[in-house]
Amino acid sequence: MIQVVTVVMQPGGGILVPDKIEKRIELKAPVARVWQALTNYREFGEWFRVALTEPFLVGATVRGNILHPGYEHVVFEAKIEKMIEEELFSWTWAHPKTMAKEHYKPDYTGEPRTLVEFRLQPTETGTLLTVTESGFDQLPDDRREQQYKGNEGGWAQQMTNIEVYLGEHA
Amino acid sequence: MRRLRTRRPAPAVLFAALGDETRLALVARLAAGEAASITELTRHSRLTRQAITKHLRVLEQAGMVRCVRAGRESRFELDPRPLCEIEEYIQNVSREWDAALGRLKLFVEQ
Repeated sequence: MIQVVTVVMQPGGGILVPDKIEKRIELKAPVARVWQALTNYREFGEWFRVALTEPFLVGATVRGNILHPGYEHVVFEAKIEKMIEEELFSWTWAHPKTMAKEHYKPDYTGEPRTLVEFRLQPTETGTLLTVTESGFDQLPDDRREQQYKGNEGGWAQQMTNIEVYLGEHA
Repeated sequence: MRRLRTRRPAPAVLFAALGDETRLALVARLAAGEAASITELTRHSRLTRQAITKHLRVLEQAGMVRCVRAGRESRFELDPRPLCEIEEYIQNVSREWDAALGRLKLFVEQ
């Protein structure tokens, strides 16, 4: 069973709206293995489901098409901020105005961005990974369209992806 | 597909509007559902009528509070939609992370 702990932070000690997402997950794999899965662009592309062609380098902007069915026209674009070996990997990315095929524009210049941070800590059984995404308060109103429509049924699709992947890499 | 909506202020405006104790208290007070006049809202506060009015205007500009005329009196009521919308957006992003981290787990543990 996959357990992801979500902590939603509130702005200014307020009580109403979250402006930051934090996830913690225990991985039964050494920190070095997790670091590689996060920062090797080919491995990252496999589990994040994005077709990347260039390595992650601090200061670089990495692009690739999303591999989620129905969203293949959408470009993943991340500007790599920090890579502290086996400790911290961070990037900023844009939340496109719309992902609907007929209105989608792959140019994210000037689009507001959120900051994504992966923090790794060794544990007795492997790695504690903490992921935070912050800066939602920077997003204009029209950016609130949900990213992948119908994610309620998303897990079934993900499980299929995983089975296919495991079948291929067994 | 998204519903067509009237123009709404950016989340930044919403977050700024909520980043104040007095305004949060006003929102909490109006969250009970009933519209209240400035007089009623001032009664439980140490602030002046003018100060409360100023805070209400900030909330109104953020789209969270509506002013309804009742005869000669202005009453204020809460419009929770901007809050619901931003919450929904962030929940969608949150679910995507759950799915992605689930895939990462399988990927590194295999």
